[in-house]
Amino acid sequence: MTLDPPSTASTTSRRGTATAATRVLGVLTIVMIGWLGVFGLLLSPADRDQGDAVRIMYVHVPSVWLAYLAFIVTALASAVHLFGKSHSMQADRVAGASAEIGVVFMAVTLVTGMLWGRITWGVYWQWDARLTTTALLFISYIGYLAVRGLEGSRSQRARRSAIVGLLAVLEVPLVHWSVRLWRSLHQEATVLGTDLDVSLDGLMLFSLFVGVVAFTLLFLWLLLHRSRVLTMIDLSAETGLDAALAQRRAEGGVTA
Amino acid sequence: MSSVSRLQMVRAVCAKDLRIEQRSKVLTSQIMPFALVTLVLFAFALDGDAILERTAPGLVWLAMLFSSMIIVQRSFAVETADGALDALRVAGADMSAVFWGKWFALIVQLVILEVVLIVGAIVMYGIDLRISGLVLLVTSSISATCGLSAVSTIYAGLASGVRGRESLLPLLVLPVASPVLIGATRAAEAAFGAGGTVVSEGWPWLGLLSVFAVVFSFGGSLAFGPLIDD
Amino acid sequence: MTDAGFILGSYAITFGSILIFAWRTIRSGKSLSDGMSDEEKPWL
Repeated sequence: MTLDPPSTASTTSRRGTATAATRVLGVLTIVMIGWLGVFGLLLSPADRDQGDAVRIMYVHVPSVWLAYLAFIVTALASAVHLFGKSHSMQADRVAGASAEIGVVFMAVTLVTGMLWGRITWGVYWQWDARLTTTALLFISYIGYLAVRGLEGSRSQRARRSAIVGLLAVLEVPLVHWSVRLWRSLHQEATVLGTDLDVSLDGLMLFSLFVGVVAFTLLFLWLLLHRSRVLTMIDLSAETGLDAALAQRRAEGGVTA
Repeated sequence: MSSVSRLQMVRAVCAKDLRIEQRSKVLTSQIMPFALVTLVLFAFALDGDAILERTAPGLVWLAMLFSSMIIVQRSFAVETADGALDALRVAGADMSAVFWGKWFALIVQLVILEVVLIVGAIVMYGIDLRISGLVLLVTSSISATCGLSAVSTIYAGLASGVRGRESLLPLLVLPVASPVLIGATRAAEAAFGAGGTVVSEGWPWLGLLSVFAVVFSFGGSLAFGPLIDD
Repeated sequence: MTDAGFILGSYAITFGSILIFAWRTIRSGKSLSDGMSDEEKPWL
């Protein structure tokens, strides 16, 4: 029988947030993103009208997809937290992680959209329905993250941000409706074909499909890791509190 | 508390807010002058009679949006100052009734402000009020105000209280309230005939504004309880 | 490729953002997990 010294956390634990599942997911994601690069930049054809500019679509559209997916996940997780019997804090952390990912990809969407627009329209920005709605949504979710950062208990944070997350989703169709109606008043919109819509042939469609699949896997991978990080942050805040309380008691001479 | 019906609670909260405003006269002595000053500042910034006349409805509603932030923050600052909301909540009051009361009181104040701003715009920007556009103007303004009041009340409930949270209010409200700005402005333009618009072009906007008002008023009344439960 | 700068720039921004976010998340994960044993981690 060997006497082991009391094991410290770092000797017995695995570092980081990875599990076997995330490693597999990660490898798949890298492979798919590699394919996306190859198809997007090399194998897919240039567009008849837009030329090579259409290649930006293969990163822009999957980014939009991921951003909206992320916000739907945030809304669903918010609903689970708010309306579920246990008011699951895990749901809250998934909502927060998903929103962070969504904000990053909203930003990527806007930037790639601007670069694409610069080539095709000659201008960085157009007040078309999709871009404008995306910009407003981006700002809304920065507000969501700001609400998560407010001081207060973890359950307060969870409740407040769950409501903001759900209200933000409510706002999307209304904003889209109003901006669409607004832009339809301005005839120039139809002439310029602001929706950046392209007639897609088979290979282009496939490349887009690769992109969407790649980014969906990426979202899952990022969500798992990021929500585990948020879990550890919450847990260490808890143990920090316990440790502080224990210390106070010791100082006060209260025996355990 | 159960003996107080919800409607009585709504009326009580609304009457309280309006009475506080009546006594302090913040709306008339501070916010109206602020709103009128913004109309003047727009004239300085835009520098042109034609452009002012063309954009008058938009400027009015911009001034409304910014002023409403100030009004609603004040309405909640008053609550948190003496813990009135907490007292109501602890006493088991129905928080959705509190929401409706504050919502309605805010509408009253905003409508008064709107009238002043529209008169200001008619005087300063030279727009003409057409009789044919009056119904559209009134209905669209009121439904816009209902929606704006709902959104402002919800987020002000969240943002009030702890210092440092109030600055979050405009960031939260303005993106969500953008359909109100778009709808109210386009409807007002049609009502005034700015840029050659016809009154009939304004009605779709009234539809949008009404849906917005209904969605966020009812959404807000449901969200208010959990939000205030700090 | 015409407009190669914009196109490659878009890909660089996209993949760069992904890499930065992923790297920071993994790094936080590693440093936070140093203070915890495996039992404390709910996903294990």
